[in-house]
Amino acid sequence: MPQAASSLLDLIGSTPLVELTRIQPEGRRMYAKLEGQNPTGSIKDRVALAMVEAADLSPGAELLEPTSGNTGISLALVAKLKGLRLTCVMPANATPERRTLLELYGARIIESPGELGSNGAVQLAQEIVSRDERYTMLFQYANEANPRAHYDGTGSEIVADLPHVDALVAGLGTGGTLMGTGARLREAFPGVQVVAAEPLPGDPVMGLRSLEDGYVPPILDVSKLDRKLLVSNAEAAAAVHALVAREGLFAGVSAGAVVHVARRVAEELPEGAVVVCVLADGGWKYLSAPFWRGEEIDERTLWW
Amino acid sequence: MSVVRVPPVLRLEAGGAREVKASGSTVRELLEDLAARVPALGERVYADGAIQSFVNVYVDGEDVRTRDGLDTPVRESSTVILLPAMAGGCASGC
Repeated sequence: MPQAASSLLDLIGSTPLVELTRIQPEGRRMYAKLEGQNPTGSIKDRVALAMVEAADLSPGAELLEPTSGNTGISLALVAKLKGLRLTCVMPANATPERRTLLELYGARIIESPGELGSNGAVQLAQEIVSRDERYTMLFQYANEANPRAHYDGTGSEIVADLPHVDALVAGLGTGGTLMGTGARLREAFPGVQVVAAEPLPGDPVMGLRSLEDGYVPPILDVSKLDRKLLVSNAEAAAAVHALVAREGLFAGVSAGAVVHVARRVAEELPEGAVVVCVLADGGWKYLSAPFWRGEEIDERTLWW
Repeated sequence: MSVVRVPPVLRLEAGGAREVKASGSTVRELLEDLAARVPALGERVYADGAIQSFVNVYVDGEDVRTRDGLDTPVRESSTVILLPAMAGGCASGC
């Protein structure tokens, strides 16, 4: 029998793995790792805890992080329980659920221009940290504790749960999940394919003034990916609807992109193949998003 | 000829076009043809024999960097997508 935990932080990780029997292609098995089961509801709890512990901060230290949501919420929980303060820099057009949650957890928020998207939040946070010494920026995009959390946690848990894996599919954000989990799985299953599902960026990125505003996270080494597949918003929305309709699994929109790619990869692999998908969070924080209400997503008006 | 989709950040260089056409049986040939047809766009994407670091090139939805790079085959029916590299996570907080 499980024992009672003495802290929510002890409940981070060790997430369940479930077979997607109604979605997997015939003759192949797809397993979903349910990262929405972490204490704040996303995979970022692992990253936040690992980064804070690696930084060895004194109580009262002030963290500042550019985040569009999940990482901020995870850092807010970890900061609270470890006696630290947190300020999040986030695009002004982030969903109200995210903002409210951050404030409830006690984080302070600084808004960056919505039209500059997450790149704009990163730039503003870097400017603030460079002129104000009070702040420590853990910066998940460049922090080695991020992929290490997935090597030690996510990856090791999958290795313990399955005798063999042919492909790992995860969303491409900072690159932490793919780098860390991928490295651990390659040790255990040398032929495993590490596959990135890349959502087509939301429209705020249209505001990028130039290509030089672009950004490749330092922890992401694209050469360590076997494949990197773009997923349209419509494809991701269809998959996220299928997850809840067929499997009863209420997941976030990035999970839709991951499952869409995982199905494609599974179909291309030989019979008997095992594909693991990492579903980063649940659907709760996206209820205000138009795709849950069945609104048509017109890719062309956004991009082409 | 393959369709090349142009992201908003590069449309000025493409004379405002959302998509242009270019031909080639590999990504290298296609980008060289693109540079000849639309020089301003071509040089932002491809210079000194390499894809510029802040640009991702996708053939039929797959990043050519995880395929055969400039040697990745392109078919007449292929759609080529150009996108700026960007920090992860959906910018609007989804």
